[in-house]
Amino acid sequence: MTHRTLLLATAAAGILSGPAVAQNVLDWGANRDIGSLDPYSYGDSFTINVLNHVYEGLVRYNRDLEIEPALATSWEILDDQITWRFTLREGVTFHNGNPFTAEDVQASLERVSHETSPLKGNLPAYVSSEVVDDLTIDITLNGTYPLLLNDLTNIHIFDKEWLVENGAELPTDIGAGVEGFATYNANGTGPFIVESRQPDAQTVFTVNPEWWDEPAHNLDGFVLRPVGSPATRVAALLSGEIDFTNDAPVQDLPRLEAAPNVEVLEGVDLRTVMIGFPFRETLVSGEPNPFATKEVREALYKAIDLELLHERVMRGKSRIAGATVAPPIPGYSEDLDTIPAYDPEGARALLDEAGVPEGLEFEFNCLSDGLVNEEQFCQAIASMWSRIGLSPQLDVAPRAVQTPKRTNGNTDIYTLGWATLPMLDSYSPLLQIFHSKEGNSGVFNWGGWSYPELDALVQEAGQELDVETRLDLQNQALRIVKDEYIMLPLHQQPMAWAVTDSVTEMPLFPDNKPRLWFARMNGDS
Amino acid sequence: MLAFLVKRTANAVFVMLAVAFLAFLIFRSFGDPVEMMVNEQATQAERAELRERLGLNDGFLTQYVRFVTNAVQGDFGISYRNQQDVMVLIGERFPATLELVLVATVISLVVGIPLGVITAIHRDSRLAGMLQLGSIVGVSLPSFVVGILLILAFSVTLGWLPAFGRGETVDIGWWSTGLLTPSGRAALVLPAISLATFQITLVMRLVRAEMLETLRTDYVKFARARGVPRGRVHWVHALRNCLMPVITLTGMQIGNLIAFALVTETVFQWPGMGLLFIQAVTFVDIPVMAAYLLLVSFIFVTLNTMVDVTYAWVDPRLRDDTAEVGGTNG
Repeated sequence: MTHRTLLLATAAAGILSGPAVAQNVLDWGANRDIGSLDPYSYGDSFTINVLNHVYEGLVRYNRDLEIEPALATSWEILDDQITWRFTLREGVTFHNGNPFTAEDVQASLERVSHETSPLKGNLPAYVSSEVVDDLTIDITLNGTYPLLLNDLTNIHIFDKEWLVENGAELPTDIGAGVEGFATYNANGTGPFIVESRQPDAQTVFTVNPEWWDEPAHNLDGFVLRPVGSPATRVAALLSGEIDFTNDAPVQDLPRLEAAPNVEVLEGVDLRTVMIGFPFRETLVSGEPNPFATKEVREALYKAIDLELLHERVMRGKSRIAGATVAPPIPGYSEDLDTIPAYDPEGARALLDEAGVPEGLEFEFNCLSDGLVNEEQFCQAIASMWSRIGLSPQLDVAPRAVQTPKRTNGNTDIYTLGWATLPMLDSYSPLLQIFHSKEGNSGVFNWGGWSYPELDALVQEAGQELDVETRLDLQNQALRIVKDEYIMLPLHQQPMAWAVTDSVTEMPLFPDNKPRLWFARMNGDS
Repeated sequence: MLAFLVKRTANAVFVMLAVAFLAFLIFRSFGDPVEMMVNEQATQAERAELRERLGLNDGFLTQYVRFVTNAVQGDFGISYRNQQDVMVLIGERFPATLELVLVATVISLVVGIPLGVITAIHRDSRLAGMLQLGSIVGVSLPSFVVGILLILAFSVTLGWLPAFGRGETVDIGWWSTGLLTPSGRAALVLPAISLATFQITLVMRLVRAEMLETLRTDYVKFARARGVPRGRVHWVHALRNCLMPVITLTGMQIGNLIAFALVTETVFQWPGMGLLFIQAVTFVDIPVMAAYLLLVSFIFVTLNTMVDVTYAWVDPRLRDDTAEVGGTNG
C-alpha cells in the first residue's frame, strides 16, 4: 500500500513538474463564500472584493492603495464643476469578446444606483450620465464632490449588451421574488474569468489571457474554497490543501508560525475600533444621561488602560490609536494621534465634579461576531470602568441582533469599528459617523450628537475639489472629534493572512482585501 | 383504514403549520436582515424602504400567513443573501446531505451490529468491557470534537484524506453525487465517520440488549442442544430476531441525522443543507431558514407517519380509534 502510494505520488509529481502542464492554480481558503456572482445585489464587501478579480472599475487601487487609471485612462472636471468627463481605455474586451464602450459604463452606473440596488449608497453623488462617444462619458453629480474616484474604485463595469440579452439590466429585486441572470453568470473585463461555481464548495477562476494590463501575477487561475470552521481552515493550510487564507485565526498563529510549510503575514488593519456614547436626555434605564457632558466622556477614556488592552487582550498585535482614523488614511495627522495617560483617580475626580453618582448603571453594547476579540476587550473595559465606580451592564450578542438596538437608540454605550471603506478617506467617518444625523449624513451617528461647527467643516470638505484644502478641513473636523471626546478610539485591530510555501508573493493590504493579481507562485509560468 | 390515514395526514399537516408558526415567532428575535443586506453607506431612508419592500414591517402574523399561502403554491421566495430561489438552493444541497446521512447510516450498521453481537456473546470478556467503555466515549464526545480529531489525524498528520469539501461530483439529472469519483469518495470518509460515531454506539447498545434477551430464549437453547454450531446460532438465528427494532430505530434516526448533520457539515465545510442553514442564521436569511425548518419537519413528520401507518397495517388493533396507543412520536 505504502509502496503504491509512493509510486502514485512520484507519478503525480512528475506530471506536475512537467513543463507542458505547469499549473499555478492557487487554492484560496476563505472564511466564507461569496453571496453570488452579482456584486450589486447584496451589500457585502467580501463579495465585491472577490468579484473585483472578474469585474473592474473605471479606476482602481494600486499596490500602495493609491488610485490609478483602470478602465478609464484620464478624467477632468468640466466647467460646471459637477460634471466629470472620463476618457475610456481603448481595445478592452469583456470575457465574452464584446468590446468595452461608454454604453457599458452608463448601463453599469444606472444598474448600481437603481432604487432596488442595495449598493446605491456606494455611489451617493451620482445623478446621470451621458455618452459622448464610444470612449468618452460624462458623469453628472448632485454637486461638487471630491471623492467620486474613491467611490468608482468599487463600481464594477458590466457589459451592456450581455445585461440586455439576459434581462439583467436591473439588480435582482429580492422583494419581487425573481432570480437574476447575473447571480449565476459573470462577464467582466478583469484578470480572471469565472469558470464554474458550486456555492459553499468552490468557485473556479481561470486567467484571462486577453487582459488589457500587463499581469504582475503568474497564476493560471485560482479556486475560492470557503472553509468556515477556523480549526478546519488551519488544518487545510497545514496539510497543503489550501495555499492561502485571508483569515488566519489569531489563536492559531503560533501553531501556523511553527509549521515549516506555512508563512503568516501579519499586519495592522485600517479598521479603528472606537467607543461611542449616547447624547439623549436619558439612559435606557430612564435615569438621566451624564454622557452628554464632555468631562464624563474624558473620564471614561482616562479610565481605560490602552496599553493593557494592547498587551493582554490583543496579544501585542494591535496598534494603539489616539485618532479616529488610521495613519494611512488621508486626513490623518500625528498630532491627533495622542493617547491620554491611564489615570483612574483623575477619572473619578472628573466624574465627581460632573456629579456622576457611584454605581451608575448603563448598558454597554458589544458584538459577539464583530471586531477582533471584541467580547474580551469589552469585558476588560467594563471591569476598568467598574474600578472608577460605574456599573456597566455588558450586553453581547450577534450583529444582526445588536444593530437594530443601536440604530433605534435602545442602548447606551457601544463599540464601532470603522475602516473608511470603500472610500479610504477620513471624509467617510466624518460624514457617516460624526456629522449630525440628517438626510444622508450621520447614518452611524447612533448617539445622536450634533456639533454645528463640525457639520459645517464636513459639508465644506464635501464640496472642496482641492485636495490640500479639503484634507485641512477634514483635519480640523477630526480635531473637534478628538477634543470633544465624541468617540474614544482604542486601537487599529490586527489582521493575519497565511500562505504555504508554494506561494512566493502575496502582498498584504491594510484594507484586508486580497488582490490576487499581485500574487505569484513558485511553479514556472 | 382510510379514516386512520386521513387522520394521520391531517395531524402531519397540523404539525408542519405549527413548526412554521413557531419559526416565524422566533425569527423576530434573530435581528434585522436589512442591516446585513445593505452596505455601510446606505442611508436610513434607503434601509427603511428596503424593509418595506421585503414586507418586514408587517406584523409577524401577516408574514406567516403570506409565507404559508406562498408555500402551499410551492413558492418559498428568494434568498436574501444568495438571491437564488430557495427551493433551488435547498435542492442543490439536499443530495450532499442525504449521501452523507446514508453513508453514515450504513457505517453505523456495518460496524454497530457486529460490535453489539460480540459484546453480547462475550459479555464478561475484557474485549467487551473495552468496547462498552469505548461506546460511552462515542456517545459523550461532541461530534465537532470527533470531526476535528479525525481531521488532525488523517488530514494533517497522515495526509491521507481531505480535511474539507466534497471533492469532485458527477451530475445525474438534478442529483449530484460524489460517490462516483475517487476524490468524492475520499472526501466522504471523514464526515461520514464523524456523523456515524454516535449512531454506531446507539446501534451497538441496542443490538447488545436485544441479543442478551434473545440468547436466554428457549429456541436458542434448543438449537444449541441439537448441535447447531455456536456461530450459526448467534449470527443467524439469534441476530435475525434482534434486527426488527434496529431497522425501526435506523429509519427514525435518518431524520435526526439530517437535522444534526449541520454540525458535521460546518466542521467539514460539507456543502449540504445544514451548512446552508447555519449561514442563513448568520445573515438572517428568513426565506432560507423558514424553508429549511419546514423541510426538516416534513421529513420527520413523513417518517413518523410512515412508521405509524406500517404499524397500523401490521397490528389492526391500532386502527381502532379507542385503542390508539402506539404511535412513535419520537
